[in-house]
Amino acid sequence: MKDNVYPSWGRFPASRPASAVRPASVSALPTADTDRSTELRLAYGNGRSYGDSGLNNGGQLIDMRGLDRFIAFDPATGILECEPGVLIADVLELAVSQGWFIPVSPGTQYVTLGGALANDIHGKNHHGAGTFGCHVLDFDLLRSDGTLHVCSRNENSHWFAATVGGLGLTGFITRVRIALKRIEGPFMDVDTHRFDSLDEFFELSAASSDTYEYTVAWVDCSARGTNLGRGWFMRANHRPALGQLRDPGPRRSPTFPATPPFSLMNSVTLRPLNTLYFHRKRRRRFRRAQHYQPYFYPLDGIQHWNKAYGPKGFLQYQCVVPPTEAQASITELLERIAAAGAGSFLSVLKVFGDRPSPGLMSFPRPGATLALDFPNRGSETLKLLDQLDSVVMAAGGAVYPAKDARMSPEAFRQYFPNWARFSEYVDPGLSSSFWRRVQGNQGNSS
Amino acid sequence: MNKILIVGATSAIAEQTARRFAERGDALFLVARNADKLAPVADDLKVRGAADVVSYTMDADAVDQHGAMLDAADNALGGIDTVLIAYGTLPDQAACAADPRIAMQAWHTNATSVIALVTDIANRMEQRGSGLIAVISSVAGDRGRASNYVYGSAKAGLNAFLDGLRHRLHGSSVQVLTIRPGLVDTPMTAGMDKGPLFAQPEKVGSDIFKAINKRSAVVYTPGIWRWIMTIIRCVPRAVFHRTKL
Repeated sequence: MKDNVYPSWGRFPASRPASAVRPASVSALPTADTDRSTELRLAYGNGRSYGDSGLNNGGQLIDMRGLDRFIAFDPATGILECEPGVLIADVLELAVSQGWFIPVSPGTQYVTLGGALANDIHGKNHHGAGTFGCHVLDFDLLRSDGTLHVCSRNENSHWFAATVGGLGLTGFITRVRIALKRIEGPFMDVDTHRFDSLDEFFELSAASSDTYEYTVAWVDCSARGTNLGRGWFMRANHRPALGQLRDPGPRRSPTFPATPPFSLMNSVTLRPLNTLYFHRKRRRRFRRAQHYQPYFYPLDGIQHWNKAYGPKGFLQYQCVVPPTEAQASITELLERIAAAGAGSFLSVLKVFGDRPSPGLMSFPRPGATLALDFPNRGSETLKLLDQLDSVVMAAGGAVYPAKDARMSPEAFRQYFPNWARFSEYVDPGLSSSFWRRVQGNQGNSS
Repeated sequence: MNKILIVGATSAIAEQTARRFAERGDALFLVARNADKLAPVADDLKVRGAADVVSYTMDADAVDQHGAMLDAADNALGGIDTVLIAYGTLPDQAACAADPRIAMQAWHTNATSVIALVTDIANRMEQRGSGLIAVISSVAGDRGRASNYVYGSAKAGLNAFLDGLRHRLHGSSVQVLTIRPGLVDTPMTAGMDKGPLFAQPEKVGSDIFKAINKRSAVVYTPGIWRWIMTIIRCVPRAVFHRTKL
């Protein structure tokens, strides 16, 4: 197996599965009855997890992208049933023209529904809609002993709770049924405000959460002193039928051509890029109608943008801190990042709502969440992220496993107090690089 | 709306091509050996917008069953405009070289049974006065090579048959399309090491869909294989025999 045939999105850490298979149908998935090898397995979706939660160094990866069939869709109710390798992009292509939308979407449409469930992903509408798992009606879970559990809030509810956000460790998700949300057309009403401080950000957030379905902010992570916490706040709603414009049709997105020898995001480019973006408009507020594609997925406009971070890859850090600590903790995090001259251009701030996440191990919880990329500069970067962890741990927050490649077992246990209960549901035939790491054993699975 | 018969509908390339048909709202008659594998493919195509999807189980090796299947497809669709023949096997060359029965079986599946089926379809279409027959062959038929000459020769025989059939039907409104895919990342090639020349079945399916709409005669997919095979055909024998192709 060649290196990095199945990389993670951050392209760090380097990892090599001992083998990989791509089943063409659910019936071809390996179980104890069909495959006697003792290699630990992990389902791999579309490789958009940033760190090592989708990697299985030394084990076997099961490439789920061959299981990308729709099973049923009812355009009257918006209920969609499909195999786990279907992408959100596939769902949108099917459903938007029929007046339906994915109920929760991350910043890329190139994730599988199985991955969305296993990471209990969230989006810009978390303050109203909660996580992806809130919209899952039921799913099938195939254990490595060959048993199949149909899981919902009523049936096998403990398996449901363990699998939503369970990082693919409880079994193979072989079927997903979700409720889509009604829309009147593909366009969005987007209202963008500049803010000059975190105070202003939290004010805008509080003032927008009832009237805007989607809210998120870009924050200048290179700004210090009086500029600290400045950025742009974007709030949006789906546009009503009357305001619809002509659909521009599918976008052609260029592919990032090659991996440059060094990160294009570095200490020289960091501040100018952020400053330029902050000053991109002279007005403090502007409104526009925007197609859902560039609104939800600006980064999908350049395929494989992750290569811009060079051969060493990058680490993403996403944390959440509780509401009472939010302002102080986010301030401290931004101060430390700016002081280190680390961070990048893609820094995102959002206030989560209080709708409970259905998974034992779900990351979203009430509070403010900050997500940033860090070009991988080795131990310097890892040291900074450990410092950020100490801030988050002191605040009683958490870090998102789907984006993590380095949190300590101690941090993991504090962030996810249900971990011991969860581990009882982990399939003995499955594992991941992440899971071995946070349990404290570093080596390979074999 | 087109009325399309697909034989070998669970093949990865056929499935990707069928998705394009379904998204356009065509009616599909799907034939495959394994009903359990066919059912999820049929459900998917219904959701993607196919006007109608009918499933039919048949082993295409059983040539005596072709007629009944074609009658059923005709009845279900109310006439057939387009046929896509997508079944085939990639036999183990070493096993074929060691055992003539395995070589003959590979020929039966990849050439003889296809020739029987296409003959029947062509006659029906000629009588009706229109139709398009698209057959998935392979670049392997362009030159016999040590690594897979039993498969390659079956496809070469098929290519010559389709060339002749196209010639015969010239002037009628029946079209014959020979599809020559290169290396495709599908379950059929699961045992091979995947180099940069491997194409995804989505790309191949989309090329086939376009070639059917353009009513082409021969299509290489991805297109670069036309040039690769031109070079391979031109290499002098003395040089060719020193390669491991």
